[in-house]
Amino acid sequence: MTVIYRETGQFKTTYASDQQLFPILQDRVFVIGFLVFAFGVLPFIGTEYLFLAIIIPFLILSLAAIGLNILVGYCGQVSLGTGAFMSIGAYSAYNLAVRVPDLNLLVVFILAGVFATIVGVLFGIPSLRIKGFYLAVATLAAQFFVDWLFARVKWFTNDSSSGNVSAPPLAIFGYAIQTPVQQYLLVLAIVCVFALIARNLTRGAIGRSWMATRDMDVAAEVIGIRPLHAKLSAFAVSSFFIGVAGALWAFIRLGSWEPLAFDVNRSFQLLFMVIIGGLGSILGSFLGAAFIVILPLALNQLPTALGIPLSTAMISHIEFMVFGALIVFFLIVEPHGLARLWAIGKEKLRLWPFPH
Amino acid sequence: MKSAFRIKAAALAVAVAAAVGGIAEVAAQSSNEIFVPVLVYRTGPYAPNGVPWADGFVDYLKLVNERDGGVNGVKIAYEECETGYATDRGVECYERLKSKKPVAFSPLSTGITYALTEKAPGDKIVLVTAGYGRADSVDGSVFQWNFPMMGTYWDGADILVQHVKKKGSLKGKKIALVYHDSPYGKEPIPVLEELAKREGFELIKLPVTHPGVEQKATWLQIRQQRPDYVFLWGWGVMNSTAIKEAISVSYSRSQIYGVWWAAAEPDVLPAEQAAKGYNGLAMGHSAEHDRPIHRDMIKYLYDKGKGTAAKKDEVGSVLYNRGMLSAMLTVEAIRKAQEKYGKRVVTGEEVRWGAENLNLDTARIKALGVEGMFQPLHTSCRDHGGVHKASIHTWDGSKWSYTSDMYESDAKLLRPMIEASSKKYAGEKNIPPRDCGKAS
Amino acid sequence: MSATQRNLTTAFFAILMVGAVSPMVVGDAKFGQWLEVVLGGLMSGVLYSLVAIGLVLIFKASGVFNFAQGAMVLFAALTLVRLMEKLPFIAALVLTLAIMVALAWFIERLVLRPLVNQEGIVLFMATLGVANFLDGFGQAVWGSDIYTLDIGMPKEPKILFEGTFEGGLLVNMEDAMAALIAGLLVAALWVFFQKTATGRALRAVADDHQAAQSIGIPLNRIWVIVWSVAGLVALVAGVIWGSKLGVQFSLSQIALKALPVVILGGFTSIPGAVIGGLIIGLGEKISEVYLGPMLGGGIENWFAYVLALIFLLFRPEGLFGEVRIDRV
Repeated sequence: MTVIYRETGQFKTTYASDQQLFPILQDRVFVIGFLVFAFGVLPFIGTEYLFLAIIIPFLILSLAAIGLNILVGYCGQVSLGTGAFMSIGAYSAYNLAVRVPDLNLLVVFILAGVFATIVGVLFGIPSLRIKGFYLAVATLAAQFFVDWLFARVKWFTNDSSSGNVSAPPLAIFGYAIQTPVQQYLLVLAIVCVFALIARNLTRGAIGRSWMATRDMDVAAEVIGIRPLHAKLSAFAVSSFFIGVAGALWAFIRLGSWEPLAFDVNRSFQLLFMVIIGGLGSILGSFLGAAFIVILPLALNQLPTALGIPLSTAMISHIEFMVFGALIVFFLIVEPHGLARLWAIGKEKLRLWPFPH
Repeated sequence: MKSAFRIKAAALAVAVAAAVGGIAEVAAQSSNEIFVPVLVYRTGPYAPNGVPWADGFVDYLKLVNERDGGVNGVKIAYEECETGYATDRGVECYERLKSKKPVAFSPLSTGITYALTEKAPGDKIVLVTAGYGRADSVDGSVFQWNFPMMGTYWDGADILVQHVKKKGSLKGKKIALVYHDSPYGKEPIPVLEELAKREGFELIKLPVTHPGVEQKATWLQIRQQRPDYVFLWGWGVMNSTAIKEAISVSYSRSQIYGVWWAAAEPDVLPAEQAAKGYNGLAMGHSAEHDRPIHRDMIKYLYDKGKGTAAKKDEVGSVLYNRGMLSAMLTVEAIRKAQEKYGKRVVTGEEVRWGAENLNLDTARIKALGVEGMFQPLHTSCRDHGGVHKASIHTWDGSKWSYTSDMYESDAKLLRPMIEASSKKYAGEKNIPPRDCGKAS
Repeated sequence: MSATQRNLTTAFFAILMVGAVSPMVVGDAKFGQWLEVVLGGLMSGVLYSLVAIGLVLIFKASGVFNFAQGAMVLFAALTLVRLMEKLPFIAALVLTLAIMVALAWFIERLVLRPLVNQEGIVLFMATLGVANFLDGFGQAVWGSDIYTLDIGMPKEPKILFEGTFEGGLLVNMEDAMAALIAGLLVAALWVFFQKTATGRALRAVADDHQAAQSIGIPLNRIWVIVWSVAGLVALVAGVIWGSKLGVQFSLSQIALKALPVVILGGFTSIPGAVIGGLIIGLGEKISEVYLGPMLGGGIENWFAYVLALIFLLFRPEGLFGEVRIDRV
């Protein structure tokens, strides 16, 4: 069995091959196989329920979690206003789609991310100049202000009397994006591209400057990393990702939304994903998102499966308790979350069945 | 060292188990039952109002199964899904329950209704939004799958103005609208603004942000501006907070009028005697406790320990009755569909036809056991609401009692607004409107 | 503190004062009405301070920013109101207090001790987890209805000075009582910290953990005591908020407002928490009543946070933060 995961015989002869994303052949095979499955096989065998209730929300929330992880996990800054940036992304995308109808959908999403970045940097600058977790307050300010802005200023909601807006029918390059499979493929493509970008950013100089600032900002400054620069870039990249995720969430997952869809509870939910999944790990963002999407569903099925009927209220309370307990548990036992558990598992697999 | 790893391995295993458990798709419903899911909230700031409504709804479905053996012999299966009044959780519940082939959804939230209005037509599921939802969805030629039965917020706003106008001309007066800052609260504003122009009163809009516990500034402004009437369009804890703040600024409760979702026991009981004189809209019913239907509830459910409510005296409260009537309308739509299509498990399309052709006259109302708490209702393609009447009931410190005649909303004012709004929606969504003349 | 900082702080307060008075000077607000808004604002500020004091206590003694303070307020209030259904008030109060002490012990043992050397951010997120857990646990055990907490607070307002002001001056008696109780609490805390041995030990721990340990102060027990005192403060806050609003889930969300309060007042100062709360409450109500109508209303939800954000620009340690010597 060990021969499956051994690296013996895999030599790197160029710098490029040494620095590639997945240096171990088995990893590459696994990832490529997974992508082939996701793009080529799943659309045909997946049910509508699977796409709409599980996979699409999972993918979009993973994107937002990657964004938040860049800020919290890689750069060590706590943000409680993720919902606001998703909201900005969503409403920017809506306004662009409605007011400039000929704009390509992908361009709309990118621009939505840009708007989120601009607002993020505006709110972030005051607090990023100081050490400590004052960014939490700044992002809370952004959260409540943005909530109010989109509820109050009618221009953003195209003068809708109810404050509720709905996305126009989606199409890219002439192809309509209506069925769950089409939506799934679009979201999957976007998330893969962004995950790749994130992974490369975190592996590169910028990522290292983030991690240096997180670990020991004084030493980082000594070796020439400008702390404001590092924190601001992390915040900007993070807001961009979250803005795009917000646009996707509104357009594809919800279809029709109001400001409360992105309130402070959404911010906390994303923070939980990042903590449980693993701070400072792209894989962790995915795992955390999967966990948070699936746990309520599992909690709903479990009591009936075990034969103990629970009221929906009790299930809701148990959800709160489980999340809270798990956060504390992971912070104590494994601060790097599910991702680290996964990595440890892989480590063990390299030696199995030998103990060392 | 080893035990640390074991703990971590256990954690990973639990996570994987949860993942597998969650992906397992829900078992298909028994093919001999009609599935009616209900989106409820039993937690969160809206729970005090959501719980009695949910209890009433579920109790009625249980009663139909217990007492009548189902609708024409076909039992009703139901499932609650907790939304906490959050739109995205409502959408999630909808997606999850869709695979069990539901025929009708009751979202109990205007926000969720807006979101599901996009999806229901494609999935062929009826949205029964009794007493809430989009006011323009009365127009069945555009909103084929929405049924805002018993009354919309535009009806309510118009009726409130009619009532206060009776006390004296409104010219030069001030009316303050204290509203929940959500689609629900904003819904009456177009009608009130139009009426303000026509009747000559000044409309003061005071939004209250979810969840609505911070209203001191709102009511200080009311104290300063001294409006003649306050219309309360709140939900959940916002209502009881509003009444308490009104007490604390000495604003007379008899000048406050709540919409039918802001005029129930959970709103006034926290203040009890001090809330005396508070008025609200009664959408055809109030807190009747002693109709045949309630006696049946006690006899078939509560005496056998199968009732949903925690306390038996919740049966017959305002919101319990409303939930019950919502369920009743759903069941009657199913029954009507079975009349035409056969006494079997009917599909969403068939129930849609049933909902569009409901004719609940006084005889049927009496047979259903809700005489005196339900107005005759007649739906059609043109009018998915069925009836647009309400009256006023007032809290006297310990119970509600009617304090006005039945009003009907002004169709000459509302119909053009409804059609303008639905036409705009049809244009945005590229919906080809049906010709109601030809609808079967 | 540099000269620029001092100048900016003075400027900030000058602007606040001008802003507060402007409705009368520039607008057409009458003095009586303005005074009512000021009083209302100050009193709601007192309520925010109550929650903030608990935050400050824990931060001073253990360096942990306790995000769960709001959840503790809700839990204490829920426990009290449900016990009061079966027991007389005093018995319920004592039992609730005991439960809060037990809670403090559990938190110290299960959450704080294993995380003892982690950075602030990790502890902050752990308290986030505790907050979530308490929310769910409290409601699972006690239910999620709105419970009326009736401790005999007066509900009807008093109208004073009817001769001087048009319509009289509205004074909310319940808020006035709340302010009184809060004042008593601060006084009691002052006595506790200054005059008792435990209080001195707490101050020692707040100053320097290691020095305190080296003279034999048991850190773990101190933390249990601090969290218990914070629990007591949460109980008082819960009683007052609950009596006013009814005990329900949203109580724990109101506690989010305590964050701007401690930013303004300083994380380690109880007088700062009080003054910060007053400023925030005042600012909120005045901006909502006078600025709100121009912007469509609903401002008070973000005003506190934006105010704190602006304050961060030039005085992040707060008014009474580490720069000054605290004595409570």
